[in-house]
Amino acid sequence: MTDANTAEPSDLGDIRENYLAQVQRRRLYGGLTLMIFVLLMVSGFVVADDRNAGGFWDGLHQIGDYPADVLSEAWEKRADLPSLLWKFLPALTETINIAAVSTLLGACAGLVLSLLATRGLARWPRLIPLFRRLMDMLRAFPEIVIALMLIFVLGGGPIPAMIAIALHTAGALGKMFSEVAENADLKPVEGLSSTGATWAQRMWLGVLPQVAPNYLSYALLRLEINIRASAILGFVGAGGIGYELRNTMAWGPGRFDEAAAIFVLLFSTIVLFDQVSSQYRNRLTEGLGQ
Amino acid sequence: MLQVKQLTKKFGPKTAVDNISFDVSGSAMIGIIGRSGAGKSTFLRIMNRMDRATTGTISFDGLDVTAATGAAKRAWQSRCAMIFQQFNLVPRMDVASNVLHGTLNRRSTLATVFNLYPQADIHQAIEILDRLGIAEQAAKRADALSGGQQQRVAIARALMQDPEIILADEPIASLDPMNAQVVMQTLRRIHEEDGRMVIANLHALDTARRYCDRVIGMRDGRIVFDGTPEQLTTGVARDIYGAGDSFSEATTSTEIETPASVPRPAPVLA
Repeated sequence: MTDANTAEPSDLGDIRENYLAQVQRRRLYGGLTLMIFVLLMVSGFVVADDRNAGGFWDGLHQIGDYPADVLSEAWEKRADLPSLLWKFLPALTETINIAAVSTLLGACAGLVLSLLATRGLARWPRLIPLFRRLMDMLRAFPEIVIALMLIFVLGGGPIPAMIAIALHTAGALGKMFSEVAENADLKPVEGLSSTGATWAQRMWLGVLPQVAPNYLSYALLRLEINIRASAILGFVGAGGIGYELRNTMAWGPGRFDEAAAIFVLLFSTIVLFDQVSSQYRNRLTEGLGQ
Repeated sequence: MLQVKQLTKKFGPKTAVDNISFDVSGSAMIGIIGRSGAGKSTFLRIMNRMDRATTGTISFDGLDVTAATGAAKRAWQSRCAMIFQQFNLVPRMDVASNVLHGTLNRRSTLATVFNLYPQADIHQAIEILDRLGIAEQAAKRADALSGGQQQRVAIARALMQDPEIILADEPIASLDPMNAQVVMQTLRRIHEEDGRMVIANLHALDTARRYCDRVIGMRDGRIVFDGTPEQLTTGVARDIYGAGDSFSEATTSTEIETPASVPRPAPVLA
């Protein structure tokens, strides 16, 4: 790696000296990096605390107040909880539908983009930077920004939210898919191209079987993230459970039981999808098809 | 004194190691031969405590190896080094760091995480590399080395542990015949010069014959042969490998020279 190789040391003493010098240098760099890191962290915290106008330390003990209010009110009205859960189930279904459709569309787009942006696999190798930048752009805009713009143009409702999340998903999954595809074995692809297969055939039959478990695992992870994202988009008028949550929270005390019911629904949905997806991923990686 | 008593390992319904027992007194170089799937690797892994035995015990100088847990288990692992078929080095680290990993059990986690090893250890690592003839590779990355060199780095890591026992799981199965010979001679030399016990799983009969003092043959998890290399006749070998009359030793041979001309070469490494 460094001069220990190029110098071609002849006897043991030289070898030892060179290696120790290399170790010293590495320790020095490591120590300096650590020092800079600690300095930046400390100074960052100091600046942030100043900007906070002293609010951080004063407000710290109040952090638990709002959750305590919500919990105590929800506990008083706990008898209503089952009916409230039932009441918000349709809204939750809408949220999950937005997430599922956008994950599906985003994953399909991400699949194509990733193969077009992977070295060694791309259909047009010269256009790799173009597709990469395209994915960067899709990722760079937060879902909420795209959704707000689309809601302004297309009106409120689930469709703008779906498009916004799908665009972000295409960029995010495209990058992850491309990293997986980069590690795929090229020999099967070579074998297929020796039979005269087209690019799409080579990708579908030569690459996908290798990367499918990883792709599915990433897509399931993205589905979880998208459920949260679609709930948040409800806050800006995209419908679903987020819209209901904003209403209950904005109304303040008196409807905290509904807010709690929505939190319970959201939490159990995330847990459910996490469990289902991890089980499914385990089955995939442990080789169901063998 | 190593004692293996009625050791059994089951994976679900499958029995990988089936009630094996043997003793080793003093230091010896032992070869375990048998087909793939005969339970050789499982036995070594149990000895190094990477796997747990289902029943039975292994004891070494009064220590019940199979019962050790936590720090005692890790202390035992540092006393019985393991060499793997695929070398199992950390590819992105330099050779000397890989050798220094042999000291991990003795050093604090915090220091080793930051790659801080005592100067004396670094000197020792380079001396061991020099003994194995690859000192000039010390600063290179492990994955830049050839297979034979990587296996010698793995042996150096094992020696850095200063172990009483060296376990070698198919140490030459991924190497060409020339490198295989260098690695086997290195193991033999370590056994002779340092008096460390070496237990090696081997594919090939002639390797076991040339380098080992004692050969154990395993088939379907059981010990079917335990004796000196001289007692290992072609008939016995057929039994170990479960082969018919068509079996000839040439099929498993990795030899460069014929065994007749060089029965057991003296170590040629400087």
